Amino acid sequence: MMAPVSRAASNRRAYVNARLIDPSQDMDETGGIIIEDGWILGSGRNVTAQTAGTGTVIVDCRGLVLMPGLVDMRVFTGEPGAEYRETLATASEAAAAGGVTTMIVMPNTNPVIDDAAIVDYILRRARDTAIVRVAPMAATTKGLGGEIMTEIGALKEAGAVAVTDGNRAVANARVFRRALSYANDFGMLVVQHVEEPALASGVMNASETASRLGLPGIPAAAEVIMLERDLRLVELTGARYHAAQLSCRTSLDVIRTAKQRGLPVTCGVSVHHLTLNELDIGAYRTFFKLSPPLRSEEDRRALVEGVADGTIDVIVSSHDPQSADTKRLPFAEAEFGAIGLETMFSAALSLHHNSGVPLARLIDAMSVAPARILGLECGRLSPGSPADFALADLQKSWKVEDSVLRSRSKNSPFEHRTLEGTVVETVVAGRTVFT
Amino acid sequence: MTSSVRPPRLLKGLHLLGIEEMSSQEIVALLDLADRYVEVNRQIEKRHAVLGGRTQINLFFEASTRTQSSFEIAGKRLGADVMNMAVSTSAVSKGETLLDTAMTLNAMHPDILVVRHQSSGAVELLAQKVSCAVVNAGDGQHEHPTQALLDALTIRRRKGRIEGLVVAICGDVLHSRVARSNIHLLNKLGVRVRVVAPSTLLPTGIGNFGVEVHRNMRDGLDGADVVMMLRLQLERMSGAFVPSQREYYRFFGLNEEKLGFAKPGALVMHPGPMNRGIEIDSNVADGVQSVIREQVEMGVAVRMAVLDALARNLPGGANA
Repeated sequence: MMAPVSRAASNRRAYVNARLIDPSQDMDETGGIIIEDGWILGSGRNVTAQTAGTGTVIVDCRGLVLMPGLVDMRVFTGEPGAEYRETLATASEAAAAGGVTTMIVMPNTNPVIDDAAIVDYILRRARDTAIVRVAPMAATTKGLGGEIMTEIGALKEAGAVAVTDGNRAVANARVFRRALSYANDFGMLVVQHVEEPALASGVMNASETASRLGLPGIPAAAEVIMLERDLRLVELTGARYHAAQLSCRTSLDVIRTAKQRGLPVTCGVSVHHLTLNELDIGAYRTFFKLSPPLRSEEDRRALVEGVADGTIDVIVSSHDPQSADTKRLPFAEAEFGAIGLETMFSAALSLHHNSGVPLARLIDAMSVAPARILGLECGRLSPGSPADFALADLQKSWKVEDSVLRSRSKNSPFEHRTLEGTVVETVVAGRTVFT
Repeated sequence: MTSSVRPPRLLKGLHLLGIEEMSSQEIVALLDLADRYVEVNRQIEKRHAVLGGRTQINLFFEASTRTQSSFEIAGKRLGADVMNMAVSTSAVSKGETLLDTAMTLNAMHPDILVVRHQSSGAVELLAQKVSCAVVNAGDGQHEHPTQALLDALTIRRRKGRIEGLVVAICGDVLHSRVARSNIHLLNKLGVRVRVVAPSTLLPTGIGNFGVEVHRNMRDGLDGADVVMMLRLQLERMSGAFVPSQREYYRFFGLNEEKLGFAKPGALVMHPGPMNRGIEIDSNVADGVQSVIREQVEMGVAVRMAVLDALARNLPGGANA
């Protein structure tokens, strides 16, 4: 369930002459879509200005890419509790600018989203203030404490689309096993931050670079150990499990094996881990301090390969707004996290431009796949789907600067970089929310 | 030192943040200048007013006795107005951030800031935000460049050279900024560097630092010209990194027996403060091969050289 966007357009419109890409239908062709009252009536090469019918408003896309609106499975905001960093409203502005039509927000707020009333609060605030769709994941454990299971049934009824402790792992195997078992009875997806906390006391990848910088490291084994443990528990319980973000080559081997064995497992990766590596930290640049940490170039390449071959299902922004007072600090003292809603599509596109990852796979990983995993009806252009889509110019380059970012926080690792390709229009429920 | 000719530019940069980014020429130039300050310091008249009119602030976020007083004496002998700011008496304990403190001090127009901080990279961060010269007096587990310089000066004066020597750095390399700066410096000057420690006290990827790695003192000290001991903090000896103090002393504490593995007449060094009976035995620390007190003397001379060299590059300085 998602917060409905108010005032859906009531007129019939046709977006024609677009390069239509909808991985859910294996579609990549010149054509159009026709929408009415916030829903898609038809899509494909048959939709043209001539066939749209009288009374239809025609929008000529002049060859731009028209793709399903992106579904970002991992967004942190500061609402409630840290609105100075980001509200649902400001995050949604950033999302719209990045072609994201559905934001899945994390429960790491204050108070924590661990109660049906807070799920309801998020959905109501989103309905009243956000310009894109918003759906929360609720906490797996009360207060993110890792000990007491939340009311997973009630949270699902209230509209939570999955449970997760967000940027924390549920480290206790007994608690996690029970959460998986119980969530499975309600068909609730369990999402895990795969990192063994006892091995993750460092601040960047454990490597020669970390040693040179004199910074404590987090070994890749911290991730692999947690992933392997979790998969044993998935096998034990049969629950649907999603590893929120992978960061290293070894994890991919683990996931491949699990999928081959038929376990109900999916995984994601942040666009930052696909485009950056630990060397980008340079002289202690805290905008590159992420959790999990950026790892080696070899790991990055393996992750790109994992996206290309479908081992990794989903690309997320892992949008995590931090302010100057939590980032302009010595590296070890700074918070983890980077914003990404506005740059996710453009940054992911670099994998198409530079590494030959098929465009359709990238769009799939940011729309169709997350919608399928979460059971959402958006993320596709087929008739009967919500009219959530974005138009993109694959060649138009833009420079990432504070002045153009709409997020309330400016901690972008792409700051001052030029990215090739950008979203030029975003439509949610038939209404243009960014242009 | 009294010549009226314009002194040469010794350092390329405005700051001294670490050894890793220095050239061997810069290092040797600083050591040569420091050699001359050793002689100045042994005279009755020690003042040498190249920093006349300059303001030096020693900003120590982490407690220090010897480094801070060494910088203070160095600055004063060179004629600077020296102010010490310790964390406990500053606004930092009231929640002010590092950069707020830096900006506040910067507004008072100091010429040189000498900074020690418990976080790696903190001194570099501060240097980006102020308009004066910054000297790293130790940042977290990253670098402690003046310690490496004074160690090199001590070795060079005792051994007559640095190149080709075998130097064994022993103990808590993992947490040691002294070890990192020394590894960088000694490598640049053509030393065969070894590190000797249990695996739990060695950083990831240490083998790529251009050092030989040894896990026992017999192999590590075999044929060494210099044995450099590192301090092991007490809280790291209670099962976290090594099982116990006595276990550590048994296998890695430097006593006469273990020193016997090194070359006859090998130098024994320690950056201080020492844990006697843990990483080093008193007989060795106070023995004929120990140059630990000499290191302290060299510390003042090296810091005078660093301050002098940096002041030359400041606006109004000889090489501005």
